[in-house]
Amino acid sequence: MKLTNLLTSAAVALGLAASAAMADTTKVGFVYVGPVGDGGWTYEHDQGRKAVEAEFGDKVETVYVENVAEGPDAERVMTQMALEGADLIFTTSFGYMDPTINVAKKFPNVKFEHATGYKRADNVSTYSARFYEGRAVQGTIAGHMTESNIVGYIGSYPIPEVVRGINSAYIHAKKVNPDVQFKIVWAFTWFDPAKEADAAKVLIEQGADVILQHTDSTAPQAAAQAAGNVITFGQASDMAEYGPKPRVSSIIDDWAPYYIARTRAVMDGTWESKDTWDGIGAGMVGIGEISDAVPADVKEAALAIKASLADGSYHAFTGPLKKQDGSDWLADGETADDGTLAGMNFYVEGLEGDIPQ
Amino acid sequence: MDLSAINPVLLIASLMVAATPLLLAAIGELVVEKSGVLNLGVEGMMITGAIAGFATAVESGSPLLGFIAAAFAGAALSILFAILTQFAQANQVASGLSLTLFGLGLSALMGQSYVGIKPPQMGDIHIPVLSDLPVVGPIIFGHDIILYFGIALTAAVWWVLKYSRIGLVLRAVGENHDAAHALGYKVIRIRIAAIMFGGACAGLGGAYISLIRVPQWTEGMTAGIGWIALALVVFASWKPWRALLGAYLFGGVTVVQLNLQAAGVAIPVEYLAMSPYLITIIVLVILSADKSSAPASLGRNFHASR
Repeated sequence: MKLTNLLTSAAVALGLAASAAMADTTKVGFVYVGPVGDGGWTYEHDQGRKAVEAEFGDKVETVYVENVAEGPDAERVMTQMALEGADLIFTTSFGYMDPTINVAKKFPNVKFEHATGYKRADNVSTYSARFYEGRAVQGTIAGHMTESNIVGYIGSYPIPEVVRGINSAYIHAKKVNPDVQFKIVWAFTWFDPAKEADAAKVLIEQGADVILQHTDSTAPQAAAQAAGNVITFGQASDMAEYGPKPRVSSIIDDWAPYYIARTRAVMDGTWESKDTWDGIGAGMVGIGEISDAVPADVKEAALAIKASLADGSYHAFTGPLKKQDGSDWLADGETADDGTLAGMNFYVEGLEGDIPQ
Repeated sequence: MDLSAINPVLLIASLMVAATPLLLAAIGELVVEKSGVLNLGVEGMMITGAIAGFATAVESGSPLLGFIAAAFAGAALSILFAILTQFAQANQVASGLSLTLFGLGLSALMGQSYVGIKPPQMGDIHIPVLSDLPVVGPIIFGHDIILYFGIALTAAVWWVLKYSRIGLVLRAVGENHDAAHALGYKVIRIRIAAIMFGGACAGLGGAYISLIRVPQWTEGMTAGIGWIALALVVFASWKPWRALLGAYLFGGVTVVQLNLQAAGVAIPVEYLAMSPYLITIIVLVILSADKSSAPASLGRNFHASR
């Protein structure tokens, strides 16, 4: 009898201690679409997670699950995280949009942050970076440097985010090189090194000497290197190990400041649902160092574009621009509004092929 | 749409490269299944071979050494499966599945410090005159040595299974292990050898992906090729040359569909993306109309006392 009592009270005490300890720390969960070692997209999100840990130390506990398939499995992972007491959950892929909304409905006290999506709720914020600004810089370099006038583009999924990147790169390549032509291959994956390598090889075989990628692994870089006279750009992460050639520059996602700010907001109780879309100016999109393989005048032109995008004096989508079918989109000097950009599902004039629907 | 942008010579050359990992893994599994064992752990052994080969190649600077290490790593992992199924009499399906899961986890762990590293390059062989021939040169004489090894292995496995005494014994074990046992053949021993051979081949296939086809290490980089190899063995009716045909078909359509996309052909991308799976299965189903059946003892455990 005594022993049972003792055990019961011990258990209760333990439970209390545990919940007290829980109250002190803020638990932040991260759901990743690829492995943290992909060297690209997920790697940078994980750097952000580590920055949150470094910033808050003992006051925060972070958990992450990698390689989570987009779809029902994501819902299961998020639910599990919420049940385990996460206060804030970052879901870091476009395909987690509906799962995030569904799970958020079930856990009104847990805050959710969905990357690159457009559906929000009282406890769901969205955030993304204006990668298309980085694409404008890449397009400028690509247009100057291509000799075959063929630029290969490895798309992942035909979603607005990727289409925006293609359009932005094309507009700026065309601006400096009217003869430039884009060949686009859709890989239908965010991360599959073998498929990405195949796609890059095919594009190179068909004459491309610049490869842009919107997939997460470094496989296209390796393929370009093997092929020789081809240049590439790091995607999501610097991919500096492939510099100075083929990788001549890169788009770097820097999520750390945002993750720290949002975690702090949850701690302070000031968190509210909002939409964040920052670009080069705010530092969310970084341009990796432009290597010596790029001629000085091209580098200068690229840096000038970067500077004008950063201070807001130039918008990557500035008219006159027409849609692929020849209809008018933006008048001279007009800039695209965020609503159109967020849902962009058309190519601009000059691009060939259809967007898979 | 501009089909002239597609260079058929480069296309054939690159489809051979795309098919080789699949071929190696499928030939290995074919031998395993011929001995009456169903090892669903191909994917796990491939990915383990991929990282073991990659790590060894990076540390030693020799891709060839990497391939040897990959074969050993694949075989070592398959020994685990052999112990479970041949001695502990565990269920083969469950053991194979867990081998895949284990291999994926183990490779991720082993690969922690190899992310983003470039492996030493394995040069293509270059035979003077022959490799410079137009058309034939790039297709037949311009590849790496492992690709030729894959084709040679197919021929060797075909010959051994069909004409040699060892092949006959192996098939006997796979068709009826009780009869083979009664004849005095060491069923367990033969099966373990076959399982290790399958593991070594899968390891080689994995290393081909991480050292030549991609070439780099990333977690989960085999991306389901092990499973396709398993399906290929069945659709190829356990015949080596058909496995080769299936692998080239699959690799070929994979490369062709990307080429068609890049050339701007107006076929919806979704159809192109599913075509490798669809076409390979259809062709092999038609080919397997002659009703060659599976080894009769496939997937059944053997114990001498029963």
